[in-house]
Amino acid sequence: MEIGILSTSGGKQLATLTVDPNSTLKELKTQIHRLKSHLYPDRQEFRQEPRGKGLDESKTVAALGLKDKSKLYLKDLGPQIAWKTVFLTEYAGPLFVYAWIYTRPWLFYGEDAASQPMSQVSHIAAICWVFHYSKRILETLFVHRFSHATMPVRNLFRNCAYYWVFAAYVAYHVNHPLYTAPCQIQSYIALGFWTVCELGNFSIHWLLRNLRPPGSKERRIPRPTKDPLTLLFNLVSCPNYTYEVGGWVAFTAMTQCIPAGLFAFAGFYQMVIWAIGKHRSYKKDFKDYPRGRKAIIPFVL
Amino acid sequence: MSTPKKAPRVLSLPAKAYLVLYNVIQFLGWSFILYKMVDHFTNKGLKVTGLWEQVEIPLLIFQSAAVFEIVHSATGIIPSNVGITFAQVFSRVFLLWPILYYVTETRDQFGFPLLLVAWTVTEVLRYLYYILNLLSAVPAILQWCRYSFFIILYPIGITGELISCYCALPYYSITQEFSVLLPNKWNFTFNFYYYIVLVMLAYIPVFPQLYGHMFLQRKKILGNKKQD
Repeated sequence: MEIGILSTSGGKQLATLTVDPNSTLKELKTQIHRLKSHLYPDRQEFRQEPRGKGLDESKTVAALGLKDKSKLYLKDLGPQIAWKTVFLTEYAGPLFVYAWIYTRPWLFYGEDAASQPMSQVSHIAAICWVFHYSKRILETLFVHRFSHATMPVRNLFRNCAYYWVFAAYVAYHVNHPLYTAPCQIQSYIALGFWTVCELGNFSIHWLLRNLRPPGSKERRIPRPTKDPLTLLFNLVSCPNYTYEVGGWVAFTAMTQCIPAGLFAFAGFYQMVIWAIGKHRSYKKDFKDYPRGRKAIIPFVL
Repeated sequence: MSTPKKAPRVLSLPAKAYLVLYNVIQFLGWSFILYKMVDHFTNKGLKVTGLWEQVEIPLLIFQSAAVFEIVHSATGIIPSNVGITFAQVFSRVFLLWPILYYVTETRDQFGFPLLLVAWTVTEVLRYLYYILNLLSAVPAILQWCRYSFFIILYPIGITGELISCYCALPYYSITQEFSVLLPNKWNFTFNFYYYIVLVMLAYIPVFPQLYGHMFLQRKKILGNKKQD
């Protein structure tokens, strides 16, 4: 049978493909790639309407109810980059930027700064920061299972700017020769809280990894395991974000630094948006989704 | 400036009366500024000295009053996007107070008359347009002016604004006014000098977008007439 492929922008006919009913959309993407070399499969999204939802590429032509002379719309998602590449660039930047500013380069602080004393909290903060981003990099390499292979290249520049600039902004203040540490008890309590949040965040990532069989895109309801840190799933849909925000609030309290607080708030704002989206998605996909769970803040949001 | 969306909005009579009053007051204020400005150039030629003194009071009053428009867009009585309105009003108020008002050196330089001409002509046109639009009586010539003058006024205006910002930099570098320095308990800094630099850099991505947006509006609103 023949399927006409139309562009989502302008409705122009891009190609006519000869397929059989059992062909998956993924196979169609390969065909289109052969016809148009710049449209590699990750860049393609099929839709039944120009502004409709993207179709799952594992579905077959027959399953979508397409017949001979049917039409499908194709959206060009633009140049793509692998998620892994994105994350590694996004996370390596803050790690090295902070570590560099930790050495108090003359570029930011003048010649005499490096030789001046540094408070204990500043040392601890640097260790926390480096640990946090190292953990993220390792998780990206070994823990996370991504449901979508790529994202638009445009996002890379925007995201990197955000991470790298904020890293420099926070690092500049915490490592400054005129930095003022809060009282030690406050810092140590905050450090304890930070540690719990890092462990908690990892626990959730680990749980989510094991929730999804390797190579699959299946989604299941996450529930607490034997790890007590996962009990947060009883209260929120996205405890990984809860722990992440908690960690940055702790870092802010530990350093008593408004720039760190602004960074924590920016992250919080973004994660609230993501958490609410995920929460709604869970509720829509699973009829038996536990009620009483909030998105990110227990009992509140 | 603030651009209208497609669907005509249903305004209650008090809201409409209020907007007409607001726009009339602004129109009169800016017309007065225009008069003072033209008067200055007619009598003094192209000299910058003394221009600020001629327009200072009405300029401070009527340009500052534009903050009301943020409230108007937030409450929905005008169809503009709050974010865009905020950005536009903010840039004007930023130029007006910490730059022109605070740093007296900026009143004697070339950028000031540039921005004043751009602001004044734009605002007189804009507020007149809004008044007649609320009364559904916009003459074609006014519509053409509103959607065409920006083509030269925008670049003239931002050139004046950027030059004026640049002139204010030395003052803030030396005085460190409006800045928060270390050490302090909250480990917070704010360097107003760098903030001005940041605002100037922001023109690079923002101006093309606003300019392009006006062209789109022009095509949409003036373009339709050509199809008749």
